[in-house]
Amino acid sequence: MSVDFLIIFIFVIASLLGFELINKVPTMLHTPLMSGSNAISGITVVGALICARAGESWLAQGMAFVAIVCATINVVGGYMVTDRMLAAFKRKEK
Amino acid sequence: MDYLYLLATLLFVWGIKGLTSLRTCKQGNRVSEVGMLLAIVTTLAIYGPISWGVVVAGLVVGTGLGVWIAVTTKTTQMPEMVGALNGLGGAASALVAIDFILESDVAKKAGVSLWDGEVVNAISTPITILIGMVTLTGSFVAFFKLGGTKMNHPLKGMQRHGLHALLGVLIVAFSFWEVLSDSHFGVSASTVLLTVVSGVLGVLLIVPIGGADMPVVISLLNSYSGLAGAASGFVIGSPLLIVVGALVGTSGIILSLIMCKAMNRSLGSVLLGGMGGDTAVAKDAKEYKSTRSAGPEEVAMLLDGAQSVIFVPGYGLAVAQAQHVVRELADLLQKRGATVRYAIHPVAGRMPGHMNVLLAESDVPYDQLWEMDRINGDFKNTDVAIVVGANDVVNPAAREATGPIAGMPILDVDQARTVVVVKRSLAPGYAGIKNPLFEAENCMMVFLDAKEALEGIVKEVKALD
Repeated sequence: MSVDFLIIFIFVIASLLGFELINKVPTMLHTPLMSGSNAISGITVVGALICARAGESWLAQGMAFVAIVCATINVVGGYMVTDRMLAAFKRKEK
Repeated sequence: MDYLYLLATLLFVWGIKGLTSLRTCKQGNRVSEVGMLLAIVTTLAIYGPISWGVVVAGLVVGTGLGVWIAVTTKTTQMPEMVGALNGLGGAASALVAIDFILESDVAKKAGVSLWDGEVVNAISTPITILIGMVTLTGSFVAFFKLGGTKMNHPLKGMQRHGLHALLGVLIVAFSFWEVLSDSHFGVSASTVLLTVVSGVLGVLLIVPIGGADMPVVISLLNSYSGLAGAASGFVIGSPLLIVVGALVGTSGIILSLIMCKAMNRSLGSVLLGGMGGDTAVAKDAKEYKSTRSAGPEEVAMLLDGAQSVIFVPGYGLAVAQAQHVVRELADLLQKRGATVRYAIHPVAGRMPGHMNVLLAESDVPYDQLWEMDRINGDFKNTDVAIVVGANDVVNPAAREATGPIAGMPILDVDQARTVVVVKRSLAPGYAGIKNPLFEAENCMMVFLDAKEALEGIVKEVKALD
């Protein structure tokens, strides 16, 4: 099995898992769930960090810097906004 | 070390699953935060960067801005903020692919093209740039639209589809050029062109879609940013990115479908941008024959004798930020002996579930929030139903067999003894149609901004004692 085949294989399996992962979500959790998975999509920060090795040129390092900043905002802002939404629910339970 | 990536992935799966249930949602988000931290630390440990300065500065600046955004965002603005954050994620993925290709051997050595290397790399590079850029520009259009900015597509009908098709053809052409070119100039030029055209396409695709459908659009773009992440994982050969991106991508599609179902819309009609487009607002106030208009005093008098009151909060309440005043009025009525509840339509607010967040933040007790299916049978035993800034979700026209909103689930407020509708004007909602409720004999219209009206009613109710 080639590496190409393996990574396409895991992509397909992970996609199927994603389809099955969510089936019933209470309406009040739609927005937090979207916000939470938005934060997870900031995983591309890992790509941006790896990409900081792509080249030594000004341009390469500059682009890596911008990519890291964008992705980190996505991650940190996304998780904090989600936490705020969920904190609002917490208070009213008791 | 690589196994830590596997652990991070499992934490993300667990986290997403946790977010789908009320009992576990808070914990779920924590779990996924830990997964993210683990993924970042592991990456830094495995791949030491060329310049720690660039990486650390990037992380610090990004964290600072992220915290600032999260702390300063008002609860009513959260939906558009999620859109904007999502756009940045898309931008990051696109940049990774651009950086990768411009710095690869392909761009630097003459006579070698992307196609000569790994085929998967070659194909995923233009795809990452396309999806990442569409996510970036599309998300920002959604951000501005949810914020209330009006934007119109320059073209209509077939011309519009024609332009989009033309851009699509250009994107395919530039992608082939990028993949097959073996010169530095060819690779750079095609990459830049591909980036620009993809960005323009993102704007044009989202602009015709109406504000009411933006929640679904943001959810869908969120799914795209996951796919962009997965595609960038193919570019740099990271199984972590591929798996997590695919997870977010496909679960986002399912969430979009669930949202569409709650709004009685099909994904196709949302994307084509029919209903709710800024151009769809056609009918005006002249269509209403007899409506009964009332001021805060009359509403207060009505509430004086009411034993049971149901509030129906909608988009207008969120926009006017009247969630605190509505609770003040509810508390006041409760002290006077009335039963007070809130009827929450699945898509009330600016996004499904948004109204729950807003009201929860104003300390509205959990047991007063009733979902549509649980409360609909009770309207007929209710003295006063107060609709605050909602329109389509209480439109009885939805019960008819035909029409743009036929079959959409609605709150049966018209069955209450008296209905008070707080609304700035008789302008139609996003569906762009007339609401027969406003002409009903048991309906009183209060033509004021939600906050103003409720403040007025609070004052008058207090004056009753």
